Amino acid sequence: MIARSRFLARLDSPRVLGYLLIVPAALILLGLLAYPLVLGIWMSLTSATLGKPGVFVGLQNYATILADPIFRGAAAFSVFYTVCAELGKLTLGLALALILNQKFRGYRAARSLMLLPWVAPTVLSALAWLWLLDPQQSALSWLLIKMHLRSEMVDFLGHPWSARFSLIVVNIWRGLPYFAIGYLAGLQSISKDLYEAAAIDGASGWQAFRRITWPLLMPITTILVAFSSIFTLTDFQLIWTITKGGPTDATQVFTTLAYQRAISGGQLGEGAAIAISPIVFMIVLAFFVVRAVRER
Amino acid sequence: MATKTAPNRNVTLTLRQAQGKGAFIRGLRVYVPLAVYGVFLLLPFYWMIITTFKSRAELLNTTNPFLILHFTFQHVVDLLTTTAYLQWFANTLFVSVAATVVSVFVSYITAYAIIRLRFPGSEVVSTAIFLCYIVPPAILFIPLASVIIQLHWFDQLWALVPIYATFLIPFCTWLLIGFLKGIPRELEEAARVDGASNFAIIWRIIFPISVPGLISAAIFSFTLSWNEYLYALVYMSSSGNKTVSVGMVTELIRGDVFQWGQLMAGALIGVLPAVLVYFFFVEYYVAGVSGSVKE
Repeated sequence: MIARSRFLARLDSPRVLGYLLIVPAALILLGLLAYPLVLGIWMSLTSATLGKPGVFVGLQNYATILADPIFRGAAAFSVFYTVCAELGKLTLGLALALILNQKFRGYRAARSLMLLPWVAPTVLSALAWLWLLDPQQSALSWLLIKMHLRSEMVDFLGHPWSARFSLIVVNIWRGLPYFAIGYLAGLQSISKDLYEAAAIDGASGWQAFRRITWPLLMPITTILVAFSSIFTLTDFQLIWTITKGGPTDATQVFTTLAYQRAISGGQLGEGAAIAISPIVFMIVLAFFVVRAVRER
Repeated sequence: MATKTAPNRNVTLTLRQAQGKGAFIRGLRVYVPLAVYGVFLLLPFYWMIITTFKSRAELLNTTNPFLILHFTFQHVVDLLTTTAYLQWFANTLFVSVAATVVSVFVSYITAYAIIRLRFPGSEVVSTAIFLCYIVPPAILFIPLASVIIQLHWFDQLWALVPIYATFLIPFCTWLLIGFLKGIPRELEEAARVDGASNFAIIWRIIFPISVPGLISAAIFSFTLSWNEYLYALVYMSSSGNKTVSVGMVTELIRGDVFQWGQLMAGALIGVLPAVLVYFFFVEYYVAGVSGSVKE
């Protein structure tokens, strides 16, 4: 009886209980996240294929992919895709936030509806886009023809540049609501007094935006862009559903190429090297995220 | 007093008149751009709905693709009777609910330990968990595949629960840490003075106040699980273990023949759970997104 209550008392001390409570999370994250991360780096240094562990080959996989024009194209398009999509999400998201920040009837309904693209499962809405961009049946082409902007059906996904920009537009479509809601929260935390003072000093709306709104939104912009870039740079769902990296590898990104080489092709070592390579950019982005979060 | 209020009233009156005159212009400045955004953001959902209920002939040849001229339920019936869609739907529901329950529970006790028990090293643990949050699945899926095969978890539906926990736990723990920080310490200290144990404090005092934070964590987890694709695509292989997104893409798209009616019916039904949860808890979502960017 005494032993049992002493045991319970020991268990109840912050130190013992504290370590005990983090055990489940630590097991899952060490076993299924930290270990695979290290294993991935190791695999990228081996000749592993599906079913064979392979041998240590040093940096040979990296030399192979760097000499591979398809990988270089994928790396370039990953960065291009991320930069364009982030710029689009930032400007269109901020503009939407500025509209929503005004007082008007139906504010709540508008705000709820605008967040839908971000809530709906990406693959399922990407399928709807895939059909909207269909080469023979596209409703968007039909609209362009009716408006006399085009004379025949547009093959959006059949040409390299139109396919690339179609994907960027769909990525912006999915991500801009997140930016809008983030920015809306930022706008609502800016004191109205600042704008009143600026109005008394005769500042125009644009000046007030340049000198008050934008600088005060800077910390939020850093967090939104850095976070969103990490996941846009490693996007898989949208691109794999809509173009699968085509036409002829024009829209290949790190993740789709890694999937093709490792899972479809069985070249695990080479695939792991491709999958790991965006980490160079991600360390920079992670640095910005951690610093911005620390500064709050 | 009377002389003081009178001019104020005049000011509000003239303001109101000015507002009345400007209301139309202001209305245009709000609703016109809002309508443009609405068309862009809601177009794919409109497209899913009308395609689901359009007759097969109309899908191939129509005078206006944006309208339904011949309404039909045939695609929904075909989807539910000739494909494994219901099985995929049940699988997604099971995995999402189980992953949510497990992850929210594990995250809650982790966040509590970090914020309230302040054991040596709790700062390091909290930073490590944040770093886990920014490791995207896209760089883990290849080595994780070999871990899954070694554990004999390959093509086992329940295996998705601990796998999804790897991205849900960092997210939920981070969200709950923010939430628990806001609960005043005095509440616990008062209870501790009264001789309550840590267990009693967690269960009777902290837990009831944490319910809104737990709801937030749960709805985000459910949405993220319902949306997951890459892990389910790589680690599930038999038709009976697929999720909605994976099953639709791998089994409903056969070669170049796209069954658009069935595909859009499946997309529409697959979007519904996420959207229903969202509309039910919309304020939690907005607060969650807002909370992730500011204090």
